[in-house]
Amino acid sequence: MVPVRFVVVVVGALLCGAPAWAQQPKPPANDDCLTCHNDPDVKRSDGSSVSVVPNRFAESVHGPLSCVDCHADLAKTTEFPHPDKLAPVNCASCHDDPAKLLGDSVHGRRPHGGGTPLACVDCHGKPHEIRPASDPTSATNKLNTAATCGRCHGDTQPVPSMRGPAVSHSFADSIHGQALAKAGLIVAPTCTDCHTSHAVAEKTSPKSPVFRTNVPATCGKCHAGIEHEYSDSVHAKALRAGNAGAAQCASCHTAHAISRTEGDAFRLSAVQRCGNCHAEALATYRDTFHGQVTRLGFAPVAKCEDCHRPHGTFAPSDPRSSVATINLIATCSKCHTGANANFVKYQPHANQHDPKRLPQLYYAARFMDVLLLGVFTFFGLHTVLWFVRERHPDAGDTPRKDDRA
Amino acid sequence: MLATHLGRTTVPESRYIVRFAKADRIQHFVLFVSFLGLAATGLPLRFSDAVWARPIAQIFGGFAVTGTVHRIFATVLIALFVTHVARLMARVVKGEVGLLWGPQSLVPQPRDLWELYAHVKWFVRRGPKPAFDRYTYWEKFDYWAVFWGMLIIGGSGLLLWFPEFFARVLPGWVFNIALLVHGEEALLAIGFIVTIHFFNSHMRPHKFPMDMVMFTGVVEAEEYRKERPLEVARLEAEGQLAERLAGPPDAAFTRRAKVVGGAAIAIGLTLFVMIVVAVFSL
Repeated sequence: MVPVRFVVVVVGALLCGAPAWAQQPKPPANDDCLTCHNDPDVKRSDGSSVSVVPNRFAESVHGPLSCVDCHADLAKTTEFPHPDKLAPVNCASCHDDPAKLLGDSVHGRRPHGGGTPLACVDCHGKPHEIRPASDPTSATNKLNTAATCGRCHGDTQPVPSMRGPAVSHSFADSIHGQALAKAGLIVAPTCTDCHTSHAVAEKTSPKSPVFRTNVPATCGKCHAGIEHEYSDSVHAKALRAGNAGAAQCASCHTAHAISRTEGDAFRLSAVQRCGNCHAEALATYRDTFHGQVTRLGFAPVAKCEDCHRPHGTFAPSDPRSSVATINLIATCSKCHTGANANFVKYQPHANQHDPKRLPQLYYAARFMDVLLLGVFTFFGLHTVLWFVRERHPDAGDTPRKDDRA
Repeated sequence: MLATHLGRTTVPESRYIVRFAKADRIQHFVLFVSFLGLAATGLPLRFSDAVWARPIAQIFGGFAVTGTVHRIFATVLIALFVTHVARLMARVVKGEVGLLWGPQSLVPQPRDLWELYAHVKWFVRRGPKPAFDRYTYWEKFDYWAVFWGMLIIGGSGLLLWFPEFFARVLPGWVFNIALLVHGEEALLAIGFIVTIHFFNSHMRPHKFPMDMVMFTGVVEAEEYRKERPLEVARLEAEGQLAERLAGPPDAAFTRRAKVVGGAAIAIGLTLFVMIVVAVFSL
């Protein structure tokens, strides 16, 4: 039970205060503002437009708000037209969480490019016409996000200090960009699905979802089956153990130019990508029939991932590996129907310069060296001597052509 | 000179001696066509990183077609090899034991070593030019180099063509060696044919630019008497020279043969240049 005396005191105090509150100027209503601001030609003294289209504002996500909710310093203004210079609108007064994330992000700090940090409206568009992301015309709608980010992340941004890494063309051509733009697939990822919208961080920051150790989980949001297969692999293990160079999704698929994996172009270039780390394995592969054929641009022969599996890659000593001794027959049989225990004694990475790996091959190679060198040296010398002798006028033998009748 | 001239004009029909039978010439033709085809379709693989590798493979219609063309030429050459050996064996069985030993034989014999020694002495002006018989030591080397080459390259090629089949009896590392040997022996063969055989038989000063005997089958009698005095003397002594005399080769055929042979030499030299480019840009 609230004591009666307390109620009396509170109500009395409110009543006593009433005259002072009633003396405050009434804040301008939206219609008052629009008296001037709905004129399409209304400008500041510097010529910049301050026109507001009433319908567009009413339809915007902020339509129910009063002008003075954002332009707070006008609430107490009595003289109109008000001065040109108003206090900047602070979105954070309502949107405090995104504003904080933005402030801490690479866009809010702008540590590298210099220039001014990005403001909310740089991405969300005209302040009086902001629409919810679910609206297809919104700058932050899923289908429009790439274009919005591309204003700075293409190579078309006219202000150099506003240019971010130019990735929008790669993304537009990628399987993700094409899925969004061509197929209209709303489930396909756009920039913010991997980078977040407000908390964008450099890929070198461990906080970033595209930091190397976070990439598998980020891609795994959609490609869960692949992430699961990858998570046990020798690459994932090395990555978790702190090997910064260990292959994660982007090492092979790239970050932005991700293409379909069925095509010859990707499958052949993937060989080179594996070779970025596995240089010796690539060199010995190139010495074999498989490697020579793929270098000529013919894909349907064994490439790295055909034998080693692209995601469930294990060291050959691991029985889970597709190239572990117990699995070799199955792996080779994918192409070589009827491969048997003899067949898999073939060395797909033979090195003719290494006497330890396959001595038979090493000595065969040395024999061929001697044979070629011997034959060409002997007959080279023979040929030179013969040539010199036959050029001589007293060579005899058959007459020269010009001597003949 | 005048006497020779008059002598030739008086007996024009017998100015030529038959050196190679038609079957031999056909075999040589099939041999060099399939050989050049195999070389042109195999080199892009052996030097897959050379600048010309992809373009050459494209000429044949991409790698898949190049591989098929390679196997077609291989089949032709293997068939030729089998035919050649079968014919020789049949001739030996019929009593031509001279094919196995003696002056009519391509089998290396002690006199080849002596002829090599004497020939080199002549190169360095320490002796007279040796008298040769039907087959010289360098011709025998040419023959056996090709013979050995076909066995090695053909054998290793078959291994690589049907690995699953051969793995029933052979361990897989044999295919590693087969690929190495196939490529190296092919380089030896191409290099030898283009630099040594082309020179010895066609492009040396006395033969330049081409010796047509393997195309026409016949050689001028006077020329042959100087080149192979022992054979001519032997034929005369045995009274068989008349059987071997022939008229001049058909002029139109010789012209066509020069075009074909010239093209073969040009293709061979091109392949050789390609190898040199690939080897020296590695």
